[in-house]
Amino acid sequence: MKIEVRGLSKRFGSVQAVSDVSFAVREGELLGLLGPSGSGKTTVLRLIAGLETPTSGEIFIDGRRVNDLSVQQRNIGFVFQHYALFKHLTVFDNVAFGLKIKKWRRSDAGARVAELLRLMGLEGLGHRYPHQLSGGQRQRVAIARALAPRPSVLLLDEPFGAVDAKVRQELREWLIRLHDELNVTSLYVTHDQEEAMEVSDRIIVFAKGRLEQVGSPAEVYEEPVSEFVARFIGSMNILEGEVKDGLVRVGSLEFPAPGFQDGQRLLVGFRPY
Amino acid sequence: MRLLLIATVWLYFGVLLIGPIAYLSAQSFGEGVAAFWQEITRPEAVHGFALTAEITAIVLVANVVLGTITALVLARQRFIGRTLLSGIIDLPFAVSPVIAGFMLILLFGPETILGTLLGAAGIKVLFALPAMVLATLFVTFPFVVRELTPLLQTIGAESEEAARTLGANEWQVFLRVILPSLRWGLIYGATLTVARAIGEFGAVLVVSGNILMLTQTATLHIYQSYVDFNYVAANAVAFTLLAISFGILTVLEIARARAAAAQQA
Amino acid sequence: MTSRTVIQLALRSAAVGYVVCLILLPLSALGREALVAGPGRFVEDVTQPQAFAALVLTLGAAVVTTVIHAVFGTLSAVVLVRYEFPGKWFLNALVDLPFAVPTLVAGLMIAAIYGPTGMLGAWLQDRGLAILYEKPGIVLAMLFVTMPFTIRALQPVLMELEREQEEAAFTLGASPWTTFWKVTVPSVLPGLLTGVFLTFVRALGEFGAIVIVAGNIPMKTQVASVYVYGEIESYNPQGATSVSIVILMISFLSLVVLERLTRPPGERMPACFRGGSWLRSRVRELPT
Repeated sequence: MKIEVRGLSKRFGSVQAVSDVSFAVREGELLGLLGPSGSGKTTVLRLIAGLETPTSGEIFIDGRRVNDLSVQQRNIGFVFQHYALFKHLTVFDNVAFGLKIKKWRRSDAGARVAELLRLMGLEGLGHRYPHQLSGGQRQRVAIARALAPRPSVLLLDEPFGAVDAKVRQELREWLIRLHDELNVTSLYVTHDQEEAMEVSDRIIVFAKGRLEQVGSPAEVYEEPVSEFVARFIGSMNILEGEVKDGLVRVGSLEFPAPGFQDGQRLLVGFRPY
Repeated sequence: MRLLLIATVWLYFGVLLIGPIAYLSAQSFGEGVAAFWQEITRPEAVHGFALTAEITAIVLVANVVLGTITALVLARQRFIGRTLLSGIIDLPFAVSPVIAGFMLILLFGPETILGTLLGAAGIKVLFALPAMVLATLFVTFPFVVRELTPLLQTIGAESEEAARTLGANEWQVFLRVILPSLRWGLIYGATLTVARAIGEFGAVLVVSGNILMLTQTATLHIYQSYVDFNYVAANAVAFTLLAISFGILTVLEIARARAAAAQQA
Repeated sequence: MTSRTVIQLALRSAAVGYVVCLILLPLSALGREALVAGPGRFVEDVTQPQAFAALVLTLGAAVVTTVIHAVFGTLSAVVLVRYEFPGKWFLNALVDLPFAVPTLVAGLMIAAIYGPTGMLGAWLQDRGLAILYEKPGIVLAMLFVTMPFTIRALQPVLMELEREQEEAAFTLGASPWTTFWKVTVPSVLPGLLTGVFLTFVRALGEFGAIVIVAGNIPMKTQVASVYVYGEIESYNPQGATSVSIVILMISFLSLVVLERLTRPPGERMPACFRGGSWLRSRVRELPT
């Protein structure tokens, strides 16, 4: 397991942001944390990064317990929602920042930065400053900066939230391609279920600080474990019916309902195909 | 640590602002309210206030009209020398008021071309109202322009163009589209102009000649009283101006909040 | 020509004409006066002991003022932005007051409280520190009138300072110390420089507050602006011109240096050629 989280909880004052969350991320996986805003997914990401301290629970990266390690020691790459590029530094210096901190040799660092700029389609922009770039370019610089020091995992917080729809589609393709090429274990937060379905190997659905369901996009779509997941992923009509003789009746339609007692009321969901 | 920092800030404000203001306010009434009233209603003081009000009114109108025009030109027109114009507007900030007044003396002095011409025409500029107005205009010029230009640039020309496509003529565009969106910024700039015009001292002192009952503004009257060791008179008039400053400050805070709110919307 | 172009041309002529008459014409009068006298006379005027002492005193006091505000103004800005405490709104509103108070009144206030018969002045005098008619009085007057610059220039920058940028540095392995020097300070620096330079320029030119508190003793407590005033009053326009030119040159130069230092990174052209303002628009320079 690349990342493992056990019984993770976080309180902010009287607000329970995350309660008792456990999951694991496999080596090389691209995992989406999906949920409506305020569901605690960003907090989970920040807890893993070490930007917040958990109230209780344990976090493991590469099999090592990291609770007591500072952000700096966890060797993670973090991509912020609003890029958080250093405005006073050029694109090149932004990407090289982590390498300088880690005291890479100048020639190695230069080569690494050049490689990432090429990979992210930013060739020739190294001397520019963040304010001279488009939104999509800035986000790619942010990703390049996070990847430069070869982090063991990449954490992305709503990476495409701040750009318009067309650029978002482009960036999604970038992310998939990048992930296929570098194979770095990535965990990313989104509130856009379509995006999560398209990009992720697996999806974790969050609601109100709790983990609702973990599974591949197909699993989450076909077999939602709760009404919330069913409603949140894809479009679904949900009707209520009563069980009678092992069948549930909704209007004039009848569906088999094995294992339910007569008189129980059930919810039946329909998806368009 | 936190408490120490906050205490330091209070001390800094106390030594520089709060202490002096409170002390002067107390001193102004040291001889009683009657003495205070007598000082600010003396003919010299009343004349000073009236002259200050007159200059302020002229400067306010000139700055609002010409300042708005200059801001419009800077924000909406492209022409050679525009950037230079924009740079020149900031210059008065770097010029000491005394030097500003001195430049007017050099410009309108009796031995200069301009001075000779105006003298022949019977127009008295120096040591009279015109020079005092010019000096005050010089030091207050950037306020309205500098307030409105960035505002116009943020608003953009789109709504003005929309109004034109709907058939509005230039005057209607100005009155119905531009002016409403500039309102609070204009009030802010105008208030700054008023504050500075009332308070201007160095430039006016140099060009006015400080002639009693003739070219003596409120600030000049304070100065004269102070130099003559009439501290009661100086403090009384100073306190009156201080009270006006507080009023101005209140308007500034309101206008700033409103302008910020208007820009958000 | 459409009516719109006519209107535009008329407005442009009005704006340019106004600026030329109001600002450039007086400046050119000063320049002419200096040129007529020639460089020899200029050097002679400026190195004349009384003028030279006034210039040195002004520069020195302005530097001291700037340093004090750089330290305590920064501290105040940080405290006003980051902390909540009783009376915060009051201090925050009070910051702008020196812009609204006539400088002459500011001088009177300082003279009243720090004078030998004033509350604080008497107390300090007993401890051997005279303020009024001495150099500390000059610095105090300059401090009062320039108080808002540093605080008002830093506040918005501190508020905009994104926590995310500092966090990004942490995730890249930078320690809090490194982050402070490599991320926080560079983002705040333009604001601080703006405040510091405006303070300096404003302090150089101050007259109203100083003329009251300084005592204006030649060679001892006479600043440049008061010296210029004295020369005008004693019908020596030549001496006034030379010292004025020195003060103006230092002020203009400071603003040009400020412009260069705070230019957005990557912009090669100075702002005055891009149509921007010399001074940052977020700092409102207000009345004296």
